[in-house]
Amino acid sequence: MTDGGGSAGETRAVGDPVVSIRGVHKVFQVADGRTRALESIDVDIQRGEFVSLIGPSGCGKSTLLRLIGDLTAPTAGIVTVNGKPARKARLDRDYGMVFQAPVLFDWRTVEGNVRLPLDIMGVRGRERDRRAREMLELVELHDFARHYPRQLSGGMQQRVAIARALAFEPKILLMDEPFGALDEMTRERMNSELLRIWERTKTTIVFVTHSIPEAVFLSSRVIVMSARPGRITNVIDVDLGRPRNEETREQERYFQLVTAVRESLRGRVDGETPVASPDRTMAEGTIG
Amino acid sequence: MAERIADAAVTTRGGRVRTVLFALLIPFAIVLVWEGVKFLGGDPWRIQNVLGLGVSFEHRPPLRIGMASDLSLPHVWEVLGSFFEPVQRRSDVSLGQFLVGAALYTWREAALGFLVGALLGLTLASIFIHSRLLERAFVPYVIASQTVPIVALAPMIVFAFGQGVLSVVIIATYLTFFPVTIAGIRGLTSPDPRALELMRSYAASRWAVFWKLRLPASLPYLFTALKISATASIVGAIIGEGPGGIPEGLGRAIINFNQQYISGPEKLWATILVSAVLGILFFSVVRAVELFVLRGRALAAG
Ligand SMILES: Nc1ncnc2c1ncn2[C@@H]1O[C@H](COP(=O)(O)OP(=O)(O)OP(=O)(O)O)[C@@H](O)[C@H]1O
Ligand SMILES: [Mg+2]
Repeated sequence: MTDGGGSAGETRAVGDPVVSIRGVHKVFQVADGRTRALESIDVDIQRGEFVSLIGPSGCGKSTLLRLIGDLTAPTAGIVTVNGKPARKARLDRDYGMVFQAPVLFDWRTVEGNVRLPLDIMGVRGRERDRRAREMLELVELHDFARHYPRQLSGGMQQRVAIARALAFEPKILLMDEPFGALDEMTRERMNSELLRIWERTKTTIVFVTHSIPEAVFLSSRVIVMSARPGRITNVIDVDLGRPRNEETREQERYFQLVTAVRESLRGRVDGETPVASPDRTMAEGTIG
Repeated sequence: MAERIADAAVTTRGGRVRTVLFALLIPFAIVLVWEGVKFLGGDPWRIQNVLGLGVSFEHRPPLRIGMASDLSLPHVWEVLGSFFEPVQRRSDVSLGQFLVGAALYTWREAALGFLVGALLGLTLASIFIHSRLLERAFVPYVIASQTVPIVALAPMIVFAFGQGVLSVVIIATYLTFFPVTIAGIRGLTSPDPRALELMRSYAASRWAVFWKLRLPASLPYLFTALKISATASIVGAIIGEGPGGIPEGLGRAIINFNQQYISGPEKLWATILVSAVLGILFFSVVRAVELFVLRGRALAAG
């Protein structure tokens, strides 16, 4: 467990994807028909990548993330994580999950919350305490170890959720709009912190966001999606250098990439027509 | 931040003083109304030899209210005074001593029924939340069980299990498990769906989900039910002692003093008072455990 991949990881060639999604469709049966949440999705995510999913509301970002994490099953297609079916990867505890809300247990202290996955996975005694403390230091909350969640601000709670997700050293971190509820200032600070953590832990991160600047600042690749049916319309490589910091946000290239993502979101991809057809949008009646 | 915490402490301390004052005010008001009614419409009364001065004081109420007669509503001081009188003529045990003993005895039965009922309720709730089929099949009977009046059921339970403490405990259990079952179902299914997904992402077993998420999340609900059950268990034990043939508890005392009401109404009133205090004390014990167990969470009221 200490050096990541285990035997399977070493025998695979460099460049073997950590997450491989092939021809995935997802249809939800609802009272008044069916929602085509995802259609023909093909994605590969490499080890150590930071991939963002961006797209209008309802385009299936959360669904795609939940498919990777085996919280829901695809209607068609195959999701492979670390070379095994997503379900096997979940049972092997390959990924950590961070939701939009912190989802902390209010009867556990901050430290107790970070220990939760360790308790469940049978990590005991001093090893457990050491890891929990290390994670709290990573998110700079070690002074709050004995506080209860309700005594923390929203941003601090979200940092606890990140520490909790990292505590058992998952190979993949799945984050669904983790900073969505935070103000702009806090969000930017959290972005820098997350990058620092990512660089230190070398985890693979799949990150859902609504914010174009956030996606560009954090990612090595941005996957742009469109709604109804949910499809991938564009994938943009973010060739900004690292480490990224406040200066990154002022670079010419940063602005170009932000514009590129924005135009992709509007459906103006070179040589491609907008994917969302107006009649579908009208029929489902929700605004993306 | 420190200031706000200090503020909160001050308000809670002030609030606590107010609560205590208020709590003392209510019995005082009850006594006032009680004696007020008797003053206006009760039987005449006199105190001979006030403070040993050889003077006597006599009061003749202006009205006659049947309900305020000494038989229906004995004087507060007679009820309180009766605690120091012998429980029966020529007995060297005072009524107070007798009632405290009886209350402890009844409480032991009630507490046993309470524990068994709480465990039974929690077990049923745990089974029901894991099986829709069993829930559908059995919850209607759990509900129906509570519509059978306990006075009708108590003799049948005694008939089935024989006279003795066991029957009394079963009757107390019967009144206790229901609130816990219903609150348990609600509480054990109360976790945020995302919290359940989080557990799923850890590949946590049902067992782990139950102990680490469902049970702790259900505690505020369970304690609400346990506080209801605490008082219900005492009612169950008191009712059960009659048919159960238990002479030592409050139930038998209530029956006896009922039969002797004409000769000493204050004894029945004293017994009722002790039963009420017992209920309040048991409730308070559960409340104290609740405050301890739920410390750190947003404070649950009541
Ligand atoms: N459990 C479900 N049952 C039925 N339909 C669902 C379910 N989950 C998602 N959907 C539908 O699938 C589509 C995609 O939902 P999803 O939550 O993945 O969108 P999203 O891109 O994450 O949106 P947002 O940005 O608002 O979070 C939506 O049309 C939604 O109504
Ligand atoms: Mg979403």
